Formats: sequence, structure tokens, C-alpha cells
Amino acid sequence: MPFDKKHILGLGELSAEEIKIILDTAESMKEISTRDVKKVPTLKGRTVVNLFFEPSTRTRSSFEIAEKRLSADVLNFSASQSSVVKGESLVDTARNFEAMGASIMVIRHGMSGAPFVLAREIGASVINAGDGSHEHPSQALIDIFTIREKKGRIEGLNVLIVGDILNSRVARSNIFGLRKLGANVRIAGPATIVPEYFRDMGAEIFYSLEHAIENVDVVIMLRIQSERKTLEYFPSLREYSGLYGLTREKLSLAKEDVIVMHPGPINRGVELTSEIADDPGAVILEQVANGIAVRMAMIYLVALGESL
Amino acid sequence: METKKKVQPIEDRSESFFSGIIDDIPPESLSSLIVIGIKTRGEYLGKRLVERISERTGKDVTFGTIDITLYRDDFENRKNWPQLRRTSIPDDVQGKNIILVDDVLYTGRTVRAAINSIMDYGRPASVKLAVLVDRGGRELPVQPDYAGINIETLDDEMVNVYLEEVDGREEIEITRKDAV
Repeated sequence: MPFDKKHILGLGELSAEEIKIILDTAESMKEISTRDVKKVPTLKGRTVVNLFFEPSTRTRSSFEIAEKRLSADVLNFSASQSSVVKGESLVDTARNFEAMGASIMVIRHGMSGAPFVLAREIGASVINAGDGSHEHPSQALIDIFTIREKKGRIEGLNVLIVGDILNSRVARSNIFGLRKLGANVRIAGPATIVPEYFRDMGAEIFYSLEHAIENVDVVIMLRIQSERKTLEYFPSLREYSGLYGLTREKLSLAKEDVIVMHPGPINRGVELTSEIADDPGAVILEQVANGIAVRMAMIYLVALGESL
Repeated sequence: METKKKVQPIEDRSESFFSGIIDDIPPESLSSLIVIGIKTRGEYLGKRLVERISERTGKDVTFGTIDITLYRDDFENRKNWPQLRRTSIPDDVQGKNIILVDDVLYTGRTVRAAINSIMDYGRPASVKLAVLVDRGGRELPVQPDYAGINIETLDDEMVNVYLEEVDGREEIEITRKDAV
């Protein structure tokens, strides 16, 4: 089955089959980064715009490297230094880039649903690089890709996601994707940020990290996002890290070959101890390296699906 | 639309194709040789060539595969692009002698893409082209160094090679689509 999506807006929108095509394509893309010349000519002459309405260094850099390795021309737009300040709307901004010949737009926006509006209103292909607290498909695909690479499969694995599930677009995308591919997903954190309705997405809810971590193959630690007011949901950071911070002792309750993931940036001593962040079982930097391959696959596939 | 089909067996012509290539390799250059098969059918023919070289000379030759999809020049045809497969060239190509293997040579565009792809890995000393079937119809100045079978074809004919390893049969199939 070919991949015929013009946009990648979220894992909620993709079938298990489509997710697998992205992962398989990323596997082929990964080889390119091992070459002397880390570039293929595929998107020569095509223009990609990175529309970032929220600050981001790693996601934007990762997308930019991915675009350049496919030989696309890259334009970077960030909201702070732009026409948004002058009152231009999202769709008008995008239409301007389209008029300049951009055929793919990678968008990060603070409002959930913004990439969907864009996809409806413009002709270019749209990739969601994070919208509000809704989805962050590229990060989840990286996580799933890394898990598959380490464990050889997704189906039947026990995956635990810990932290601010309520405000996390990474968690939502991961739950969608992991469930579609047949993993068992557990979520854990304080009740204020681990809402009941996640049960409907197929996740098992825990309020005790010690219980949740038993027998898991993968632990994904979410960042405490102080800029998203996460701190208002529990008494103190110290209490949070005491209850939900990952220590070697808690990790010993998981499977012996457990891997620890984190979308970054890490708050050392809050979500996990330095000891764990630097442990060989932690694949955090491999996630970053895989990020380029996965994003190359996403851009390549929407370019192929782009309307003729 | 009516489809006419001609089938021609490969038989032992692939063996004389391989031995012709091996006869041409100076024994001292075996250590700097890399055989690269173009996916999909070229991969299996390349593997056979490596096996024959090892049977005849007792030397193991480096083998790699390439997928040329990312180097194609027909982006406007992208709806028909196949699922991307992995390129794997296990050794440094710098200064090596490469034999590129494919099943059918037609326009020469696949070979152009394959050469560009190899150049991104380094600067080989030489690249030679071996194809099981040369069906003519070149659109680029590309000629094979070794061709097993030459077939005269028309532009609206399709030539497909079927191999035991993937297809369970050894055949060359020529199909022609006639407009009714």
C-alpha cells in the first residue's frame, strides 16, 4: 500500500499501516546520515518553510537538517521577529510563503488545531511540529522508531509514560501511535495531570510510579513544562520528583532490559536522576539522532503525496 | 486494452554472462572489487556474481546494494515511486573498482542515478556496468560493459526479468500493450 497522505497532522489521523510506512522509510533514511556526503538530491528545487509560532531549538533544527539532507531549500520563520507582531493572521502568513513557491510547511503553534486550519486553507503540504496540547507526531514517531529499533517490535510491549499527560502533546501522539501498533500503554503521574479520559484512548492509569513501572519494557519520561504552568498542578517540584522522578531504585522494578526515553530537554534531578540520564539504558541521544531520519521520512512522504 | 506476451527462458545464458565478467577481472584487482546490485532484481544477480567469483577464485568479494529511488529524475511521476528500500554499501568505495549490476538496461536513467548515488559515498577508481538484458532505447549516453542478452524491443513494450530467488522462475517476459 502506498502512502498517499498530503499532510501529516497527527498520529490520530494515520492508520497503523501508514505509521509503519513512515517507520520503514525512516530506516532507509537513517543510512544517509552515515555517509560521507550526508545528502540526497530528492527535493532539489523544492522549498520548505518552517513556521514556528512557539520557541523551539531542537525540533526546528532537526527539521531543518532533515530538509537540507533531502536537498530542499529551507526558509525559517519565527513568530517573535515577524509579521505576526504586525497583526497578520496565520493563514495570510502561510499564503505569502505559498506565493513565494513553498510547497511544504512545517508548523508549530500554541493553539491546538492550527495545522489543521492551515491544511484546509492552503494548497501546500502541512506537517504538524506540535500544536498546543494536542499532538506532536514527529516526536512520537521518533519514540516509536527508537523503541522498534531497540526491541525489534512494538506489538505486545508494555510502555509507560510518566508526567504531565494532560498538557503533553508528545503523550497524546504516543498513545495514539503505540496503541495502533499494538503496545500496552500505561500512564502515571499526579491525578491532577493524569485525567481519567485517557482511559478512552486505551491507556491504563496509575497514580503510583512504583506500581506502574512493574514489568515495563519502555519508560518515557515527560518533561515538566514550567512554561505551560504544569507547576500549578502539584504542591512543589520537590514533591513531584520525590514521587514521580525516576531513580535507579524505581527503575529496578521494570524489566531488566528496560529502555528509558525522554523527548528533551531534560530537567536533571526532576524527571530523572543524572545517573539514569547517563546510563546506557537511556536512549535519549539516540532519539535525537533518529529524529533526523524520521523527519526526513515525513517530509519525503508528504512531498510524494503532494497534489500534482 | 489487449496485452501480448512473449516469454523467453534465461537458461544458462546468465552463467555465460557471469563467466564473461569474471574472465575480464584481473586476479590482482579482486581485493579492490566491490559488486553493487541495483534493487530489486540487480541485487539477486549481483549476489550470484559474487558467489560465482568465490567459486572460481576462492576469493570473497565485497557486495553492496543500492536503492536509487531518492536519486530519480522523474519527480512528476512520484505517484508511482516504490516504497524506499535501504542502500547498503559495506565498504569504503574510495579508490575501488566497482561492478554495477542490474537486470534490464533501457533508458539509462537508473544507471545515471546509481552512479550519482555511488559518488556520494566517495570516488571509486572505476565503475563498470553489467546487465543481464540490454533492450536498447537509451535516452542517456550509457553503455554496458557486459550484457548477457540483447533484445530488440519497441518503446511500448515492457521487459521484465523474473528470477528464482524472488519470483520462483527464471524468465524474461516481454509484454506489449496494444491500444484497441
